[in-house]
Amino acid sequence: MNQRIPSSSLPQQSVSERRAAGAVTARTGAGDRLRSWLGHHREMSREAWRRFFASPMSSGMTALVIAIALALPAALQLGLTNFQRAVAGWDGQPQISVFVHKRAKEAAVQSFAEELRANTLVAGVTYISPEEALAEFQQASGLGDALAGMDSNPLPAVLLVRPAGSDSAALEALATKLRESALTDSVVLDMAWVQRLAQLTELGRRLSLGLACLLALGVLLVVVNSIRLHIENRREEILVVKLVGATDAFVRRPFLYTGLCYGLAGGLIAWLLVSIGVWLLAGPVGGLANLYGSGFRLQGPGFTYFAGLAGGAALLGLSGAWMAVARHISAIQPR
Amino acid sequence: MIQFDNVNKRYESGQDALGRVSLEIERAEMVFLTGHSGAGKSTLLKLLTAIERPTRGSIIVGGQNLNRLRNSQIPYYRRNLGIVFQNHQLLFDRSVFDNVALPLSVAGCSKREVGRRVRAALDKVGLLHKEKQNPIVLSGGEQQRVGIARAVVNKPALLVADEPTGNLDPQLSEEIMQLFRQFNAVGVTVLIASHDLELIARMQQRVLTLQAGQLIYDGYPSREPAYS
Repeated sequence: MNQRIPSSSLPQQSVSERRAAGAVTARTGAGDRLRSWLGHHREMSREAWRRFFASPMSSGMTALVIAIALALPAALQLGLTNFQRAVAGWDGQPQISVFVHKRAKEAAVQSFAEELRANTLVAGVTYISPEEALAEFQQASGLGDALAGMDSNPLPAVLLVRPAGSDSAALEALATKLRESALTDSVVLDMAWVQRLAQLTELGRRLSLGLACLLALGVLLVVVNSIRLHIENRREEILVVKLVGATDAFVRRPFLYTGLCYGLAGGLIAWLLVSIGVWLLAGPVGGLANLYGSGFRLQGPGFTYFAGLAGGAALLGLSGAWMAVARHISAIQPR
Repeated sequence: MIQFDNVNKRYESGQDALGRVSLEIERAEMVFLTGHSGAGKSTLLKLLTAIERPTRGSIIVGGQNLNRLRNSQIPYYRRNLGIVFQNHQLLFDRSVFDNVALPLSVAGCSKREVGRRVRAALDKVGLLHKEKQNPIVLSGGEQQRVGIARAVVNKPALLVADEPTGNLDPQLSEEIMQLFRQFNAVGVTVLIASHDLELIARMQQRVLTLQAGQLIYDGYPSREPAYS
């Protein structure tokens, strides 16, 4: 790889001969070169941060733009995760409510329930008597006084049937069979809302994914542009180091680290923004959950979320810088 | 050390900067390259430093054919050259030390080695006491000496200088030339492009004269006129 003027193609010579033949190129050992390569990386990473903080306004603005662009999809993602946790209790198991005729005898209903329990399509049956239904309704609706004024209980007995499977054809078949029973007044298959919820979640997921892709592209462009400016500002330096024998990799390195810095700083600020958002919303969300009788609490960004956000942002910064240097550094050649 | 064989350089504009130039410079020679501006001095130096490639002909430097040099090999080729510029091309965002250290850090020298060699180079040009200063505060002559220290810090076999005394008064020019002569004395091949004929005459070294892209003179001006 290392091409040298073979000034030392004259191996064993006396000093005077060597002098006559021209100066001998200094050599650098492989171990030294590796150490120096690592040293240059270390130096460039430090240098990148130093430059980042040397112009806090402009670097900060760039990092903030990146942060905002990342915080939006990140917050959406976090919200979605929390939403899924909130509805996790509704595990998507469909349930069939069988409203029994008002005139049906309780014994007949109970035996019907037994019969259903024996059915292989049915996982379980809960019997709710008209009295229980009324008590529950009074408690939940707060219309206790109005109901107390009625002379008879208007509510029928209900059988809550939990099907064994969730295959929709089987569910429909089961529902039809339940409808055919003489005791049945009406059958409600509570599946539509479960499906809607799943669809809504999927919609949210895809929206956040699309938004994340678009904004990631935005971040990439911001980094490309910032790095392009950095390259322009250091044009002279690039020319000089190329003339003293710098490889393209050597010239690229500081800019790649700068891109990494931007990305990482943007990711950290984005994480901070999301954390602040969670902190602000945690109170109201908790209160709301209490009102619905749920113990749900908003979950903030965890460590994996933090690592993912910072790592992803750093990667975006690095890629943006790479795109910028690939385009611009080879164009800067000594003339 | 340097061998030009029928080298022609035609720029994209169609202008012939060099036409069929053949010359040979031995190891440890000190040679001046002269001629009016536009005669092809800069083009010759650019070919030598692999900034430009010849249109025709071959250039061999230290046994290496520059025509066959891939772009990725150019940096490694340049590490064996010392280049001194007319406007010295120092970086004003770092100290004298760091400017001189540039070729070494580019080549990947250890910190210790860098310190040792940079100080040796600065000592040779008499600026060791200014290593921590920013080159912007130095005088023109001192800046050029820093440029020379940077060119020789890698102990190159070939030192190429483009109008190194272009902006300096005669006395400083003389000092710079003495420096070049010292490097030459330890075996470095030195090629200096200059139009300062008086200075060149005093140096009593081999002179190559270019005119309109042609080599019209190759000899010792102490005995005959360089060009008229």
